[in-house]
Amino acid sequence: MKILVAVKQVAALEEDFEFRADGRDVDGDFLVMDLNEWDDYSLEEAVKIKEACGGAVEIVAVSVGPPTVDEALRKCLAKGADRAVRIWDEAMRGSDSIAVARILAAAARAEAPDLLFAGVQSSDQAVAATGIATAGFLGWPHAAVVSQFTYTPGAATAVLRRELEGGLLHELEIRTPAVLTIQLGINTPRYASLRSIKQAAAKPIELRTLADLSLNAAEVGEAGSSARVRRMYVPDKGRAELIEGSAAEQAKRLAAIIRESTGAA
Amino acid sequence: MSGVLVIAEQRRGELRPVSLELLGAAQALGGLPVAVAVLAPNPARFVPALSVPGVAEVITVELAISEFDPDTFESAVGALIRARAPAVVLMAHSVDSFGYAAALAARHGYGFATDVFKVERTGGELIATRGGYGQKVNVEVDFPGRDTVILALRANVFKPPEGTAAPVVSAFEAPAVESRSLGREYIEPPGGDDVDMSTAEFILSIGRGIGEEAKVAQFRELAQALGATLGCSRPIADAGWLPKSRQVGQSGKTASACKLYVAMGVSGAIQHLAGMKHVATIVAVNTDAEASIFSVAKYGIVGDIFEIAEELRRHF
Ligand SMILES: Cc1cc2nc3c(=O)[nH]c(=O)nc-3n(C[C@H](O)[C@H](O)[C@H](O)COP(=O)(O)OP(=O)(O)OC[C@H]3O[C@@H](n4cnc5c(N)ncnc54)[C@H](O)[C@@H]3O)c2cc1C
Ligand SMILES: Nc1ncnc2c1ncn2[C@@H]1O[C@H](COP(=O)(O)O)[C@@H](O)[C@H]1O
Repeated sequence: MKILVAVKQVAALEEDFEFRADGRDVDGDFLVMDLNEWDDYSLEEAVKIKEACGGAVEIVAVSVGPPTVDEALRKCLAKGADRAVRIWDEAMRGSDSIAVARILAAAARAEAPDLLFAGVQSSDQAVAATGIATAGFLGWPHAAVVSQFTYTPGAATAVLRRELEGGLLHELEIRTPAVLTIQLGINTPRYASLRSIKQAAAKPIELRTLADLSLNAAEVGEAGSSARVRRMYVPDKGRAELIEGSAAEQAKRLAAIIRESTGAA
Repeated sequence: MSGVLVIAEQRRGELRPVSLELLGAAQALGGLPVAVAVLAPNPARFVPALSVPGVAEVITVELAISEFDPDTFESAVGALIRARAPAVVLMAHSVDSFGYAAALAARHGYGFATDVFKVERTGGELIATRGGYGQKVNVEVDFPGRDTVILALRANVFKPPEGTAAPVVSAFEAPAVESRSLGREYIEPPGGDDVDMSTAEFILSIGRGIGEEAKVAQFRELAQALGATLGCSRPIADAGWLPKSRQVGQSGKTASACKLYVAMGVSGAIQHLAGMKHVATIVAVNTDAEASIFSVAKYGIVGDIFEIAEELRRHF
């Protein structure tokens, strides 16, 4: 059996950043990249399924992105992915979640996994759409915000719990192949050992292009996206009154605020 | 109709408050006629609550099951969109819509944006605003060439309309669908801990900024000295450093009775804010001056939580 784990390299802003000249995104020089937190959990969930059945499971980490994404994929290899696939073509630049999903769906058709895991959302753009949109393109059963998952390789269905607002859980049984978006806290992701990090560095990362997946340029990138970014800007900082001074002075003022608001003497 | 179609949300027979907020947002869309659909067994029971000013029509969609099911919703809402051809579809950015909205948008090529907190329509052009890079920037998007746009709106942002009205009520028959998942049961969140966060008036909340489990004790002791209830963000509860019952936010508890909320080392993710941004006095302590928690705080301290905690302890 095979599990495809879609992973995204997310971007955090440096303290002082600048927008691109066209004002539609942050200048790439000011971004710090890392593997999306949610993807750590979905990869771990795949590894757990593999370990529980003694190994007859192939885990394939797949990411849509430029060569810098290899770093995130190597992390996945070090944590237990058997293979890593990076999909890229300059035409894919500017893809939103729907365009990425179209690409992932094409990759899933080629790989034919039994399960496809994605994160609930990405920590940078928080779209919460890529996994379920991929299921839409594939026409596969799907469930979002999965916080507990039970599956025996080869079984026709899986049992899972969706985590709803307020922490309420909803249990259901779903047919496979299916797409699941995995929630934080479903497991405890492992750290990669030094040895596995070294081994991962030597493993190949398979490349796929637009043509490999039989997609055309109009289906990806900005052209294949469901919305167009007009501009990005820094929002008004809000109303916080900053308490200045040394830590001692700041704490003194905080103590006064606490006394005032709680009515304590 | 080329108007606005709002998808109301119910859970276990109760209309979720965000449904009315969606109707408030619909009114800001430049006078397009607003229809609201409610999908449930016996949907007529929700009609009175949805009959508010600005709503021209309530569409009842009878479903066989009461709980959310992705295939059922995707099929029913999809059929409704094809039948009514709305220019804009508004739904909640909620766990249920996470489960089907993107698939619907993907399959039918609709314009699509999630976690939208501002919508405007000028000269027939729809513009939506959402956050980016951990809410540190605002992103304005539009949808050139799309006849239908689905927007998933953030909760607790738009004001629900007040008063009552008498909209037309019509029934829409959802096509039969064979669902590929079978709902089993609801399981209540684990509770039974020592505290009920929803009744706490003063909360001292810790986030991932505390760095390691060994530091929890120090803040527990500080909370006690201050007379505060110790709360936390999700990563602290997920790691098992504090019980889940102390987690504040969308998938945790709402600080309903809270008057003073001191957030230490919490970045202010939307899902955390969902449980506390309404609190009258919020004080945030964070080393990152750009952290979004400062956008809801009344007072901010840009600084190290350990230093502030140590100094604060001297005063109590
Ligand atoms: C469906 C869904 C539901 C969710 N529900 C919840 C929920 O109920 N509650 C919740 O909290 N989250 C929830 N989340 C998760 C949420 O998206 C964030 O991941 C989470 O809130 C981040 O927690 P944090 O602020 O503690 O950590 P981080 O975002 O990692 O922030 C840590 C902060 O600490 C600061 N810091 C670090 N060191 C120091 C120091 N020494 N002194 C001062 N500051 C320091 C950093 O600058 C940073 O701002 C949910 C997510 C999803 C998708
Ligand atoms: N470029 C990408 N390549 C692979 N997977 C992605 C990519 N972008 C998003 N995803 C997947 O979609 C999840 C949620 O991202 P989003 O829907 O964009 O918030 C991530 O956790 C990944 O599993």
